[in-house]
Amino acid sequence: MLALIQLIESPIDPAAVLESVAAGEAGAVLLFVGTTRGHTLGRKTASLDYTTYRPMAVKEIEKLASQAAEQWPLLAIAITHRLGHLEVGEASVAIAVSAPHRGEAFTAGQWLIDTLKEQVPIWKKENWADGQSDWVHPGLTTPNGPPQTGSERVE
Amino acid sequence: MFEISIQLFAVARDLAGCKTVTLTLPEGATVAMLREKLYAQVPALVPLAESMQIAVDQEYAIDETLLTAAQEVALIPPVSGG
Repeated sequence: MLALIQLIESPIDPAAVLESVAAGEAGAVLLFVGTTRGHTLGRKTASLDYTTYRPMAVKEIEKLASQAAEQWPLLAIAITHRLGHLEVGEASVAIAVSAPHRGEAFTAGQWLIDTLKEQVPIWKKENWADGQSDWVHPGLTTPNGPPQTGSERVE
Repeated sequence: MFEISIQLFAVARDLAGCKTVTLTLPEGATVAMLREKLYAQVPALVPLAESMQIAVDQEYAIDETLLTAAQEVALIPPVSGG
């Protein structure tokens, strides 16, 4: 079971991520692309920055791929996360899976993005249009911002 | 006693004003002790205390995890990737 994991500082090529999981036995190939919104809770975003604890992020993503492959009969998994400075609308993450049937492809794809967002040491900073910036830390009250609720993470 | 270096990220880095903090710990120290010493040494991090996870050698650790010299430790604030 092939798992291709990348943390990159350049724009994501979703077509390439999709292509990397192609498999002759696949009846379903699923691509999820996470993109960056222009507004969050009424505030306009100018740009975003993503940072990471890279060696641990790679390990955690590898674990996710491994767990997904144990839970579902997947043929291949590809996960690419963008780091550094992003403009609004750019893709921050792409996840592709291939499987014999669509049921497991949809389920695994959802599980991978949901779990990545909970476990992988990558952090997003919102650079607001008004000039302020805030790190996004769900559940944390920070000195320079309002309490962050779980609802900020609902897509 | 041994020295241990803790990597900081995101808001923790901003609040502490540095990328790493070095602590001196006794033999047999646990992650719980590390937390206590860290917040005593860097009070600016106290507001984050309840939400911080600790990683030891790039794995999430629990309070009871034992620490030794030459381990890689990091403070992990709530993550927001994806």
